[in-house]
Amino acid sequence: MHRSRREFLQSGSGAGVLALAAAAGLVRPGEAFAQQWNKAAFDTKSVADTLKALGGSGSTESAQIQITAPDIAENGAVVPITIESGLARTQTIAILIEKNPNTLSADFEIPAGTDPFITTRVKMAETSNIYAVVQADGKYFHAVKEIKVTLGGCGG
Amino acid sequence: MADPMRIRANMAGDKVEVRVLMSHEMETGQRKDASGAIVPAHFIQTVTVTHAGKTVLSAQWGTSISKNPFMHFRFKGGKPGDKVTISWVDNKGDRRTDEVVIGGG
Repeated sequence: MHRSRREFLQSGSGAGVLALAAAAGLVRPGEAFAQQWNKAAFDTKSVADTLKALGGSGSTESAQIQITAPDIAENGAVVPITIESGLARTQTIAILIEKNPNTLSADFEIPAGTDPFITTRVKMAETSNIYAVVQADGKYFHAVKEIKVTLGGCGG
Repeated sequence: MADPMRIRANMAGDKVEVRVLMSHEMETGQRKDASGAIVPAHFIQTVTVTHAGKTVLSAQWGTSISKNPFMHFRFKGGKPGDKVTISWVDNKGDRRTDEVVIGGG
């Protein structure tokens, strides 16, 4: 009993410090996203777990999300991927690679005024499905595309 | 300190088209060197792009972004002569900030 009480007090004071920092303007909401790397999400090893760690309870497949990437990647170390969302109020775009050691590759926050469009290059360990997970108007949507890899990108 | 980023920002209609090439190893922590020892992970974790004091894109990255990361995106509200500032921070706390002036279409 004493122990749990102590832990409760400790966690309470920790939250208090954070709230104080926010109140004092030390942690601005816009910056908090960029500065706090979501370790829990990047450690996940399945599409379902990643979705959960990002805060989604489920996701609907959407034809409004376009993934542009090669069908066959000769070099898994550099696979160009473009994701474009036609969904209104797109807030975030995440790239998930199902068969990589860690599923989540990138999570982009798209503020109002920025096109729901992003191109980047990723590493793929082997042939895998790529999921583009888009958060729009608070809900999660996704699209899938399989990319065949002839030479893996993680060495070893 | 890492090498500077190569950034291009140009007007495309009413939007600013930004292309960035960063210089970073993006080591996964899964690769082994010649002696069989694991090469520790070293990768960019967060990226922030700002224009006129407003964040126009922020990103969190894992180890599976390719070496020398590339990013291409568009935002509204910029004009030629404005500055676009890009910063990244990696898992060892190294950081780099570069800026570029928006060019005409």
